Amino acid sequence: MATNDIITKLKKNNLLGRGGAGFPTSLKWDMVKNAEAEKKYIVCNGSEGEPNVFKDGFILENYPEEVIEGIKIALETIDNSSAYIYLHKDYYEKHTHKLEEIIGDLPITLFKKTGHYIASEETSILEVIEGKRSEPRIRPPFPPQSGLWNYPTLINNVETFYYVAKINKDEYQNTRFYSISGDAQNGGVFELPENYSISQVLEETNNLPNFDFFIQAGGGAMGEILLPNELEQPTEGAGAIIVFNRKQTDLFVLMKKWTDFLLQGNCDKCAPCREGIFRLAEIIEREINNPNKHSLDEFFKAREQTLQDLFFVLEQTSFCALGKCAVIPFRSLIKKLK
Amino acid sequence: MKIIINNKKIEAKKGQTILEVAKENNIDIPALCFHSDLDIKSNCRLCVVEIKGRDGLHTACSTKIEPEMEIATESEKIIKARKINLELIFAQHCEECNDCIWNFNCQLLKLAKKYNVEITRFTDRKKGYPVHQFGPSLIFDSSKCIDCRNCVDVCQKQCVEFLEVKERGHLFQVIPSKDKNKDCIYCGQCITHCPVGAFEAVGEFEDVEKPLQDKNKTVIFQFAPAIRTSIGEEFNLPYGSIVTEQLVAGIKKLGVDKVFDVSVAADFTTVEEAKELTERLKNNKNLPMFTSCCPSWVKFVEFYYPELIPHLTSVRSPQIILGGLIKTFWAKKENIDPKKITVVSIMPCVAKKYEIQREELKVSGLKPVDYVLTTRELAYLFNKNKINLKNIEPMEADNPLGIPSGAGVIFGASGGVMESALRTAYEKITGQCLEKLEFQQVRGMEGIKKTTVEIKGSSVKTAVVNGIRNAKKILEELKEDPKLYEYVEVMACFGGCIGGGGQPVPTDSKIRKQRAESLYQIDTVKEIRSAHKNPIIKKVYKDFLNSEEKIHSVCHTRYFPRKKD
Repeated sequence: MATNDIITKLKKNNLLGRGGAGFPTSLKWDMVKNAEAEKKYIVCNGSEGEPNVFKDGFILENYPEEVIEGIKIALETIDNSSAYIYLHKDYYEKHTHKLEEIIGDLPITLFKKTGHYIASEETSILEVIEGKRSEPRIRPPFPPQSGLWNYPTLINNVETFYYVAKINKDEYQNTRFYSISGDAQNGGVFELPENYSISQVLEETNNLPNFDFFIQAGGGAMGEILLPNELEQPTEGAGAIIVFNRKQTDLFVLMKKWTDFLLQGNCDKCAPCREGIFRLAEIIEREINNPNKHSLDEFFKAREQTLQDLFFVLEQTSFCALGKCAVIPFRSLIKKLK
Repeated sequence: MKIIINNKKIEAKKGQTILEVAKENNIDIPALCFHSDLDIKSNCRLCVVEIKGRDGLHTACSTKIEPEMEIATESEKIIKARKINLELIFAQHCEECNDCIWNFNCQLLKLAKKYNVEITRFTDRKKGYPVHQFGPSLIFDSSKCIDCRNCVDVCQKQCVEFLEVKERGHLFQVIPSKDKNKDCIYCGQCITHCPVGAFEAVGEFEDVEKPLQDKNKTVIFQFAPAIRTSIGEEFNLPYGSIVTEQLVAGIKKLGVDKVFDVSVAADFTTVEEAKELTERLKNNKNLPMFTSCCPSWVKFVEFYYPELIPHLTSVRSPQIILGGLIKTFWAKKENIDPKKITVVSIMPCVAKKYEIQREELKVSGLKPVDYVLTTRELAYLFNKNKINLKNIEPMEADNPLGIPSGAGVIFGASGGVMESALRTAYEKITGQCLEKLEFQQVRGMEGIKKTTVEIKGSSVKTAVVNGIRNAKKILEELKEDPKLYEYVEVMACFGGCIGGGGQPVPTDSKIRKQRAESLYQIDTVKEIRSAHKNPIIKKVYKDFLNSEEKIHSVCHTRYFPRKKD
């Protein structure tokens, strides 16, 4: 049951986008609803691609009706609109049949994601749906002003739409989905209060390790490294918590996992991210292949100027959030684990 | 609105970007991927500035100004960011500074100096990347490419889409399309829009001396209309400086035997084209008629729209007509064996290198033109021989093929061919003297200029087009309504030949405008301003081009549908 006051409800419940950026959902809806245009688009983003983030897959598997219901509410709230569900390749293949059945006659089209990880970033999604190379657009204009084919466009994550349906039915209990993985003993996806601290989440899910550990919070490539004494904060970003056994983790291999992902995942549009990630990967690769093993501390001291410079331009001058956030895991790892 | 840049109050217009305002006020912000012809991409991240009250750095090219905005364009943070990004960019660019079209007037090198850049800090990532050649006109050395994609964008803006971004492993590369339905038309806009010299003309600059090496030949240089208001830039003269006679004197100093002006041949082109237009209008056949001076446009029609070939005028381009006349009319007059003549064209264009290789243009088995050098190549040759156009005694071009009408000179700007043809056609059709010679409606930098010209009670509908995208628009319009126009002029490059792919860099809309305005200025002060009134035209038609057969062999040609090279 959709009503015009859904936006008021979203606002009252202070629903924040669950794609990672945490923008107030009601604001986006308001902007798209009030934008003047002959038609409008709605995009449901189901293309999570960062390592160790798999909660959208879980939601599509278990709660497809709610997701479609959330999109339906948006269709009813926003005049002259039609929708796309933009899906990670695996999700597309796995869930198409079921989703189409639920969609029925609704103006919702399923779209299979192509391109790199960056193709999950919201303006890159627009480019891909328009048939272009996946890379972010210059903002402003923001998608609610000018999105798909320059029409006002509402882009929300699968999880966000799931909670729109919940809020509409007054069933929202301020929860979110957490993907827990790594050396955690009881990994999986869990729905828990959004204001839980990381340690609460780990405890409640029976994942608090009894070995020397550290975690990566947010996502498995761009999340921050946190030590056991830093877990009293809530989980940022896409809600992933990765547990690492400190003794058994090769930190250079871990950094290589990140650079491998970033090399593939970025779009190479802007110089600092394209070249900066390339050089970062080069330095780490060289260290891994170096027969004379260095400690993290030795490695960092020998490479400090270059690494700091690369981090600086990535963070300060990258075109989009991917390049800016790419430094977070490296910086925190080097600082905390050396 | 008022904004503040580097503590200075500046008046600016709403909607402008920080970079635009800075440029207008001579505040230097480095911006490699910015070109005023293209959409903002914000790729190179060198134009970063600081804005009071906002976190971090912001790109000046993509950030619009707001009232009372306070901007700093240099700070410790900005300088550091630019230095590191430049070091990363240098690591993509295999330097070959000695053979670069930027001739040490290189933005990268200047920035390296300014920001104390360690240009070899990182190893060259693109070492061994391929060099591509596009026909006889262009070379793309991808080991110099910094991935800014100006070339791809301008190729797309031209609707040619020959240059593509292709994924290669986890990085992309700019490469020529393998699609057999896409081919380069040699407009060379990639050359003038590349900030780092990854593109150049074939032979630039290693072959510039070739034409002068055969001592047994009479060497004749002929220069295109559009050169005279652009080559001065290579000698630090202001944009649009008129240097016709300095140019002639410079060429003479190279030891060249004769210097002729291609604008004279433009007068022949005009007379023939006006004749053909009159004929086609009378018979209502193959209308609209398309101009054919621009070899990129001709290749575009032959490759992409072969069904429209009959619309191209059969008249040869000026350089080919003049080369033909030199090796026939002039050779006979001077009693020189045409085989012993080398004709060198100085062109604002790289497609002209392709045009001279077209077999069907041969006159008595000889290529009318043996070599084409671009404006840049001639400037390089001058510099190498310590010839400076700034301080050279002016000289006039040689007779009898050195004195054009004003109409021949304006061929270098978009609308020039049309205006010249109209001046002549009007008088031919009406038998009356045209009182006002200027056809303002066909002038200017606008991409498409449509107008209707009244000649003897009937109206001729014309379109003047620059930029191939605009040409495509007109062709698509014609598919809908074939009777929309009677005469269409097309130049592939923005603004016409003054914006050609062989012209000095940088080239942008302001520079093109100044080069064009100067061409019109030359026309204004010419005594003879219509092609058919040029005495040499009359003389050559009387003494030499006095049979259909001769006219045909020197002044007309054929076209063929083309497949990808």
